[in-house]
Formats: sequence, C-alpha cells, structure tokens
Amino acid sequence: MPLEKIVKIDGAAVFVPGNDIDTDRIIPARFMKCVTFDGLGEFLFYDVRFNKDGSSRQHPLDDPKHKGATILLSGLNFGCGSSREHAPQALQKFGIRAVIAENFAEIFAGNCTTLGIPCIQMSAEGTARIAAAVKADPKTRVTIDLESSTVSFAGQTASFEMKGGAREALIKGEWDALGQLLDGKDQVAALAGKLDYMSA
Amino acid sequence: MASSGGKGKNLFQKVWDAHVVRVLPNGQAQLLIGLHLIHEVTSPQAFGMLRDLKLKVAFPNRTFATVDHIIPTDTRVQPFADPLAQGMIDALKTACSEFGITYFDVASGQQGIVHVVGPEQGLTQPGTTIACGDSHTSTHGAFGAIAFGIGTSQVRDVLATQTLALGKLKVRRINVKGKLPLGVYAKDVILHIIRLLGVNGGTGYAYEYGGSAVDAMNMEERMTICNMSIEGGARAGYVNPDETTYSYLKGRTYAPKGAAWDRAVQQWKSVASEADAAYDDVVNIDAQSIRPTVTWGINPGHAIFIDENVPTVEGAKDAIEKASVAEALEYMKLKPGSPIKGTKIDVAFIGSCTNSRMTDLRQVAKFVEGQHVAPGIKALVVPGSMLVQNQAVEEGLDKIFTAAGFQWREAGCSMCLAMNPDKLIDDELCASSSNRNFKGRQGSSTGRTLLMSPLMVAASAIRGHVADPREVFELEPVGA
Repeated sequence: MPLEKIVKIDGAAVFVPGNDIDTDRIIPARFMKCVTFDGLGEFLFYDVRFNKDGSSRQHPLDDPKHKGATILLSGLNFGCGSSREHAPQALQKFGIRAVIAENFAEIFAGNCTTLGIPCIQMSAEGTARIAAAVKADPKTRVTIDLESSTVSFAGQTASFEMKGGAREALIKGEWDALGQLLDGKDQVAALAGKLDYMSA
Repeated sequence: MASSGGKGKNLFQKVWDAHVVRVLPNGQAQLLIGLHLIHEVTSPQAFGMLRDLKLKVAFPNRTFATVDHIIPTDTRVQPFADPLAQGMIDALKTACSEFGITYFDVASGQQGIVHVVGPEQGLTQPGTTIACGDSHTSTHGAFGAIAFGIGTSQVRDVLATQTLALGKLKVRRINVKGKLPLGVYAKDVILHIIRLLGVNGGTGYAYEYGGSAVDAMNMEERMTICNMSIEGGARAGYVNPDETTYSYLKGRTYAPKGAAWDRAVQQWKSVASEADAAYDDVVNIDAQSIRPTVTWGINPGHAIFIDENVPTVEGAKDAIEKASVAEALEYMKLKPGSPIKGTKIDVAFIGSCTNSRMTDLRQVAKFVEGQHVAPGIKALVVPGSMLVQNQAVEEGLDKIFTAAGFQWREAGCSMCLAMNPDKLIDDELCASSSNRNFKGRQGSSTGRTLLMSPLMVAASAIRGHVADPREVFELEPVGA
C-alpha cells in the first residue's frame, strides 16, 4: 500500500482559539450515527458554528476571509476526550490538512497521523506569532516543513516537535501502519501461541 | 513530581514486554492485543475497510461485540424509531455474522455497555492487553490489564492483525493512602485526582492507582477510577491484580476453569508491579483530604468539593486558567463565587460506563428507599448491562427506584453521550454520574452537566438541587 510522503504542507491557516477543545465539540455525537465517514465535513464544529435555528455564530471557519484554509491553529490539549476518529475525519473532509496546536490529546494525535494529518506541537509563543500573522493578513501562506521541523510564514519561522515517530512515518509515507502490521503476521501468530489466554 | 528510583518492573512494563511482537521502523512497537471489544459506533467503517481490502478478522475468537451507544433505553422493539440507529445495529449484526464474531446482542440477554460487559463476562483479565474503539476502555485496567481506547482505523488494524502500532507510555504511580471519609466514593477520588493533575496531566502516561484506599475498593469501584483515566489525559490506567480481582473473576463465563484457573492465577500474580518497581513519576494523595466532589464547568478538571464555591475569574492563578474559568462560567450560567450546593437541577442521571454497576445501584437503592425525587425533576436509573438489570430486578431494586420517582430503564449508554433518545433539552442542568461535562455532551448544544457520584446524584434528585449526600442520607461508615 504505497502512501503519499507527507513532507511539506502549505496553505492558508485559520485560528480556532481555545484550550481543551474536545472531540465532542469537533464533531458532536449525534453526527456519528452513520456507517461511513462520508459527509462528516459539513458537521465539523457544528454546535459552535451554528445556532439551533441554523443561523451562523460567526465561527472563524465560516469567516469568508478564511475560506479554503487548510491549516488549523489552536491551543492546549486539542482533541481531548472521546477517541472518535470521526473528529479527524471531519477535519480532513472539511479540507484541513494539518493542525498546529500547543499540544494534543494522545488518541486524537494518533488518529490524525493514521489519516496523514500532521499534528504540529508548537510553543504558545510560536502559535501566537502565526495567529498574529494570519490575523494581519488571512492570506498569509503558512508552510509546514516536516523535514526541518519548522513552520515558515510572513518572513518568519517557528520550530515544532512531533511525538512518537509520527514525523518519520509521515515523511516516509508510512503513516498508515496497516501494511507493516500485516507483514508481521507470522511473528504475531508465534507470540499469540505462547500466551495461554489467546487460545482460550 | 519525582521518579520512584526503584529498580523493579511495574505491571505496565511486564505486560507491554510480553506483548511486543517487534519494533517497527518508526520506533513504535507492534503490540499484540489479547482482547478486542467492539461496538456499533466505531466499527462499521472498520469492517468496510476490511471488505475493501479483502481482509479477514485475524482472531475472531478474541473479538467480542455488543451494542450500547445508540440503543434506546425505553424500548427494545425493532425497528427503532431512528432509522440511523437501526442501520447501525443492523450493520453490526451483519458484520459479526460475516466475520465470525461473538455478539452479545439483546436476544442473548447479555447486551450492555461494552465496559460493563467485558468484565462481567470474565473476558477482562489481568496481564492482558485490551483495545476498543472507545476512550473509556481504560476501565478494564481495574483488573491489571493494559487497555487502550483507539480510533476506527486502529479498530481495522486490530481486526486485521490483532495488533496495534503504539509508542510506549511512561507510568505514574498514584497512591491514595488511608481510609476514605464517610460519603466519599471512588467517583470522588477520580474527580479529585483529575482536579489535582489536570485534564492533560496524564498525556504520555499510564496511571497506576494504588495505596490502601484503592486496595480496599471492590472491582466495580476500581473500574470507576480507571474509567476516567482518559479524562486526566492518561490513555491507560490500571490497578494491580489481587485477591479481590481473582475472586471477582472466579466462575465467570470466560474465566479459566479447573487446572487452567490455578495456572492463570499464578500468572496473574506474576504480572503485578514489584514492591520496588520503578515509576516515571509518583503522586501521593491523603484519602482523608478528599471530600465529596462535583464539577461546575465544561471539563472534568473543573471540579470542586461540594462545600466549595464556584470559582471566579479573578481567583484563577494564571492567564490560561482565567480563560478556562471565564469560558466555563459563560457556558454554565453559574454565578461565580456562589456555593455549588443548592444549584437547582432539572435532570438526574445514574448510569454510564463509570457508574452503572451493582455496587452503584445497591448503594443508591439503599438510601433512596422511602424517599422521593423532588417535583419537576426528571430522574433516570440506567443499568449498565442486561445482567446488571436482571440482578437488580431480582433484588427488587427496580421497585425501590420507581417508588422513589426514578425511571428504571433498559441497559445502554443512555444520557452519557446522547446518541440515543435520552438527551437534555435546551439548557437543562443535569446531575450526572457519567464521565464528561463537555459543552453539548448530553445532547443539547446548551445543555449543562455536573459530574458527581451516583449517591450525590440521588441526593440532588431528592432535594431538587445539588446536595451533599452526607446531609441528605444517614450514611454509615464502611465496614461498620
């Protein structure tokens, strides 16, 4: 299963401020009543984007200035709570290709990597500089370079971290682990054979 | 924050080492998953991926399914009123039959919340690795298993290979020492831990819970603690197995029998953390310092003691906390600086994978007998599984609940996450024994949730406002 090597992502960014933004907020549970992920994009952040009567709550994602943004910028502990992959799926289907935040909840970050969405962990100072540049000019081109672990924008740069081998996996095009896991089939059978409870 | 300096191995290390198949090129481990639990919400897409790739389920004998999130709790008659819910339960049934997976459906009499079903069937065992497409999979750690909540692509990975690509976690030992005061329960303990360490304090860690207060807990109380590990950011949480664990498991359907039981117990004993085990961090908490705890805000770390006041923005320690408090106060519409006790509630919910087992139901029934829910309060008791439901009925608890003005429902996730008809309306305020108080969590985008122990929910339902169970009920010291 050859996968795209994800080395550079560039595009416009949109800042969704806040800490502890949970996956219930990213995709409310009622939209998970589905047997495919298709169509989740339109429900991204639904309850903070729309009032109950369907009118707009002027969320940054609906600001015409940020139309077409592919990089989402946020605060601490982004993606906490439920393990629902529906959250990164909704982001991806909406058109988001990378998330930059001060840090990420672990399950969310893993789910993102498996879909080829880099989770860029950056200092508050770095994210604030990008947010300021985007505020000054929403068309600011933000370029994420996984090889140098830097983000460049408006003549500035900021460095970042990526945890748990995700950076290597993305760069090498090995972000979806299934192919490698399948390759280990014989070793899996051998180990399972040694554990009593596996044959119970 | 300090490492233990010990030299021995902890349980996490032992179980991890025993399940590593190999190291992958990016440094992650390919980890064998001993038990895979699935449900209707996060598995259908995974089965779709398997079909597209023409793959089979690698270990169907180690994969078990049930239906919990979408199932209505007022009626079991199919087709359900919601065609989307019906579509999901149909998809699960089809997939289980197509791939040869045991399915605890309603007809089996063993359906329930996946984190209640696994333990009560004896599937959840010490020293094993467990995965499920649900973040509260950490619950199973109560047995000394390493249990991970995973996303749907990872559900696909486990179905297809019985393994996951995972980075190793650090381990934080959390000692709760001493005896819990009267009126303080497992739920109060875990809310207090999250309050102290933060909602992301556990990122990168597994939490090992121990100390005399945890040692004294029964398995269901330990499950309550481990259940909410993820609310503190810890992907896994566990308690070392002991005699309490073994006696809970003995005789259960999927527990080993005869000579295999004796061998299993020996193996289980061997996986417990050694006395001088090394930990990346150790936190000590005095059990006596914990009081009944309740959340006031929009994440589980927004917790205070029942006799404390709702925080103020001015009282917050830094800019981050100020922003968090301000956002929560605005959403919750609570008066800053006012006592949380006495806050009027609209709904009372006893249920969820955190608190819907026999220990919870027996305790609540004991104290609400002869009392009545306050006028105008909608109060629900939702058993965690059909086995819990049947046992409760056998003990006459259902009659006690209904006489006290609670609705007695069928087993499911119910109002915890509102993927079924049980939802808040508008900005109703719910006293809830569940695990998440996120904005909109209980089904209304303006609905409000206060997390608390089942007994505090019961006390609040009876008073019609947030109440201290120590004042509403005549509690007796445990073991008295």
